[in-house]
Formats: sequence, structure tokens, C-alpha cells
Amino acid sequence: MDEEYDVIVLGTGLTECILSGLLSVEGKKVLHMDRNDYYGGDSASLNLTQLYRKFRPDQEVPTELGRDRDYAVDLVPKFIIASGELTKILVHTDVTRYLEFKQIAGSFVYRDGRISKVPSTEMEAVKSPLMGLFEKRRAKKFFEFLQGWKDEDPATHHGLDLDKDNMRTVYEKFGLEPGTQDFIGHAMALYLDDDYITKPARPTYDRIVLYTSSMARYGKSPYIYPLYGLGELPQSFARLSAIYGGTYMLDKQIEKIVTDADGKFVGVTSGGETVKAKQVIGDPSYFGAGGAADGGKLRVVEDGKVVRAICILKHPIPNTDDSDSLQIIIPQNQVNRRNDIYIAMVSSTHNVCAKDVYVAIVSTIVETDNPHLEIVPGLNLLGAIHEQFVTVTPIYAPTSSGAEDNIFVTRSYDATSHFETVVEDVQDVWKRVIGSDLVLKKREVEVQE
Amino acid sequence: MSKQFQFKLVLLGESAVGKSSLVLRFVKDQFDDYRESTIGAAFLTQTVTLEDQTVVKFEIWDTAGQERYKSLAPMYYRNANCAVVLYDITSSATLEKARTWIRELQRQADPSIVIALCGNKSDLAARRQVTEEEAKKYAEEEGLMWAETSAKSGEGVSEIFTAIAKKLPLTAPPSSSRAGAGRAAGRVGGVDLNKQAAAQPGQDACNC
Repeated sequence: MDEEYDVIVLGTGLTECILSGLLSVEGKKVLHMDRNDYYGGDSASLNLTQLYRKFRPDQEVPTELGRDRDYAVDLVPKFIIASGELTKILVHTDVTRYLEFKQIAGSFVYRDGRISKVPSTEMEAVKSPLMGLFEKRRAKKFFEFLQGWKDEDPATHHGLDLDKDNMRTVYEKFGLEPGTQDFIGHAMALYLDDDYITKPARPTYDRIVLYTSSMARYGKSPYIYPLYGLGELPQSFARLSAIYGGTYMLDKQIEKIVTDADGKFVGVTSGGETVKAKQVIGDPSYFGAGGAADGGKLRVVEDGKVVRAICILKHPIPNTDDSDSLQIIIPQNQVNRRNDIYIAMVSSTHNVCAKDVYVAIVSTIVETDNPHLEIVPGLNLLGAIHEQFVTVTPIYAPTSSGAEDNIFVTRSYDATSHFETVVEDVQDVWKRVIGSDLVLKKREVEVQE
Repeated sequence: MSKQFQFKLVLLGESAVGKSSLVLRFVKDQFDDYRESTIGAAFLTQTVTLEDQTVVKFEIWDTAGQERYKSLAPMYYRNANCAVVLYDITSSATLEKARTWIRELQRQADPSIVIALCGNKSDLAARRQVTEEEAKKYAEEEGLMWAETSAKSGEGVSEIFTAIAKKLPLTAPPSSSRAGAGRAAGRVGGVDLNKQAAAQPGQDACNC
């Protein structure tokens, strides 16, 4: 290990693997290491053995769940939004050739004690049981307004300015009820809390457009999902990196991040050997998250906690037309919270578990000292829960940009239901590491017939 | 009309036994004495036409060096229909390593995978450390195909791939193969991202 690298990447989560792949394609000499003997870090998908080793180290894996190898249980519940930024990266880097995707079958929202499908077009909205007759007319006008909006044509603006007027003003203009606002803001714009209402309407408009255009792409839901679990995503970007010369080392304990007298990054010590590089990128767990700051320097700071319950079910979730996969959003107002509760479920249709098994993850941002109780409204929708694994995970963010010490820390996976914030983090780290915006170039594929 | 089948083939073996060279010979009929470790060889395909005009298309996955530090991803083995495990006949250690890879395949890959054990560098027979008998005996015990090849001279190369093609189940298209991009598009609920992306012309800002 006496070579010197341009960049050492620590942790093989999706964020790090996308960066590693893009950096290798860019011509950087990359060394990518992980302390685990599997790919994916916090965004891995685990088989039963790995799952029990992580959550129940003292317990034997129950045999009645079926074959170990049939399982790929995600640690974070996220779906790929079909027209989103991750899809663009997947297509541009051509890693789609390593992956197969399927639709998520349904997108639901909880309102007044019931689960209903999220309407995605004005046509669906007028048929939805979520609204009364008059509210449907108002919602139809609202969706027509969104659909018709053209920046350059004031006639389509209805006197509103998306960049100045806040979302409350827009809702009021169309006279939408609070319950309707709930599903628009939370189940379509996918906000986790209500802070967006008092901010300019443009980002909300963009997010609703993203939702509806994603919905229009494949029909059943705005989401797609890789067969064999989300853990396939980091693996495919790691392969991209390797094909462009990236070196991979799993199962490597990182003993020390070595810095010089000025605190600048020098190298990484593993197995008693120090490998040098110009820069280092890594997930927060390699930079003191949850432990003592190395060398007294605080590199990451906790920014809230997420509670996640991985639930193994032996039946589809009730009241969802037996969907083989779905998302249910419980808007915060519906259960008197500040943050939404969110359920993501996949099944053997996506090759992530044995037949007739369903894996649902219930999650939310922690608000109290008793996070286990906070997810109960979500758990109550699942019917009988065969087995559950509950974790409370701190969300870490870097304390500095890395400009001064060449140490670039990524963010933990947040509570959002999709990967858009992961891509934002990739773009942010790229800019910090390279010094310019990430521009996706079509990979020149060497397909030889 | 001739039938065409596509299969995913993975290469395994110690570094420098000639995995990439073997494929380069098979796919392009070339050899490069000073070939660097694999970089940028994303994806190679080659077809074999059998006597009955059936066309077998191999989609060949190279390790991209990820085997070096025991860092091959499960994705690599997934849905592989066949594997070529190489050793270098001038090095006993590489046969030992090949045995390890075969155990790994038996553990991780689909039970129906066709495995060929390949003794490469047969042009260097003067420095042979692994006898034909030894390797052949092991292959028979494990139910593997076996051959010696020389990526340099081309000896045995097309023969082993043709033999694999003959052994693959050509009765139905491989149901679970991921071979080829966009395979999912043909399945229930499957989606092809590339196709959709290409089919999206300049649309209005809002298409909700």
C-alpha cells in the first residue's frame, strides 16, 4: 500500500460510491475502503444473517423466514423518484446496465383514520375520496393552475408570483382545505413538516411537478426500485469506479486519519500501514460520529435523530389493494406531530425477501424522549407484525467544508422518502472536492460486439 | 430463423492469470504481452454459433480488479449463468486460489451455474507446475468443465467458450438473467430507465 492516491474514500454507502465512481471516471486515482465486509454502509441491504448479526447478535436466525440468500433488507427506507436527479445520474453513468428496476405499486396517504391513494392528476383528484365535491372543484382548479403555469406568460399566473408569494397564499387563492393542503404538501411535494407553507411557493411547485411527472412516467406510482434491494445501487457505482481504475478494499478497519502539523490531511492508517492521498472523503462514522473526536477536532455534528422500524410481515398491508410495494405518508397534522411518519414497503416482487413475506419500514424524525412510541401510528397500519427491528439513528452533518484540511465528510441518510437529498450531498461534496459544479457527461461506453 | 440466447458469464481467478487476456482473445482475437491490469473494460460481448445455428451471446463480466482485496460485490455473481475460473499452469498457488473461487461460486451463485475451470498460459508448458491430471481430477470431482488454454496463442480459447455454450440450457431464455441492459422492461412492472429517458423530448416546464 505504498502508492499515493488522489482521493481516499471511506465507507461504501451510496453517497460515497457515487462520488467514487464519478471521480474515477474523471481520471482521479481512487482508493475506496470500508470497515465492513459488505458494500453499502448505512445504505446497505442485508441478508438475514447480516441482519441478525447487526440487530440481534445473540440470536439465531429463525429458519422459518426462508433462505438467507433470498433476503436483501434495506437499512434506510428510500425509493427512487422516477424523474429525479438520481435517475439522471444512473442513466448518464450507464450503471443502469448492472441494475434492473421495477415500479413501486402504490403511493398512499393517511387522512382521518383511513388510507387513500394519492391523486396525481386532476383527473384522479376529482375521483379521490380524499375530498368532498366542492373541494374537488377547487383542487381541480389548483392542479390546472400548476399544469398551465408558464414563467413567460403572466396570463397563466392568476396574479401569483411563485418566487415572492408563499405557499399559504397559493393555497388560499384556491381556497384549499387544510386536509387537502396536507396531502399536497406532504404526499406530493414530500415535505416532512409544514415549514414550507410560509416560504416562497416555487420549490413546492417544482416538487409537485417532479412528483406528477414521475407519476406520469410509469403510471402506478412516482417511484422505482432496484431488484435485490437498494444495496445494489452502491455496488453498481463501485463497479463503475473499479472499471475506471478505482481500488476496492472491504473489511478494513480504519485506525487513524493522519494530518500534518497544520491539520491538513495526509493519509489513512489501516492495519498499521498509512496510505497517503491528497484528499479524503468519507461518511460521518469515519470522522468521530458517535464517538470521541479524533485528535480533539470535531468534524461532525448531530442534526437530529431518525427512528426506523424494519418490520417483517407475512401479509400485504391492509387496505392497500394488496399492493406488493408501496409508500404511505402520514402527514404530521393527522397525528399531531411536527414531522410526518412514513412507511415504505417492498416484497418478493423486488427480490428482497422470501415469497409471501413483506418488508415494511416505518420511520420518522424523533421529537420526544420516547421514539418507539412515535412510530406507533405507522405500526398500527401494518396489521400483525411478525418481527421488528427498531433503531434510533443520529443524523450527522460535517462541521466544515473541507477546504482547509482536505477532509470532506458526507451527510447521514436523512428521513426523506427518496434519494434527492443524497444527490444534493453528492453535488455539494463534488463541488467542495473538485472546486467546480458536477456536470454529468455521457459516459463513453466501451461496448464491444 | 435461428434462435438467439443471451447469458451472463463471469470471470474469476487470481490476479495476472490472464482473465482479461483470455476475453480479449475470445472477443477480439488479440493478445497484448504487456497488458495492464484491467481498466475501462466495461462490458464485452461475443456470440458463438452452434451447429444447429443457435446463437449464444455471452455478456462477459470482468472483475475490474475488485477481486484483489476480496471486494467483489454480490452483484457480480448475481444471475450469472456461467463462470470461467482461471488458473495459471505455471503456478500451483493459482490453482489453490481457483478452488477458493469455485467454493465461493458454489456458495453465492445460482446452483444451476455452469462452471469451467481453465488452465491458462498453456504456451508456457515448459514451466508447468500444475499437471493436466491434477486439474482434471479436481474438475471431475466438483463436476466442472475443464480445459487448458493459451490466450497468447489462442489455443483452446474458442473451444472452451463453445463447449460452455453447448452446456447451457437452450430450451428457454434464461428467466432470471440480468444479462443486457433493460431486461426488466420486458417483465411485469419492469422499467427501462434508458428508454424512458431517451423518449423524453423537450417538454414544457410542467407536465403534471
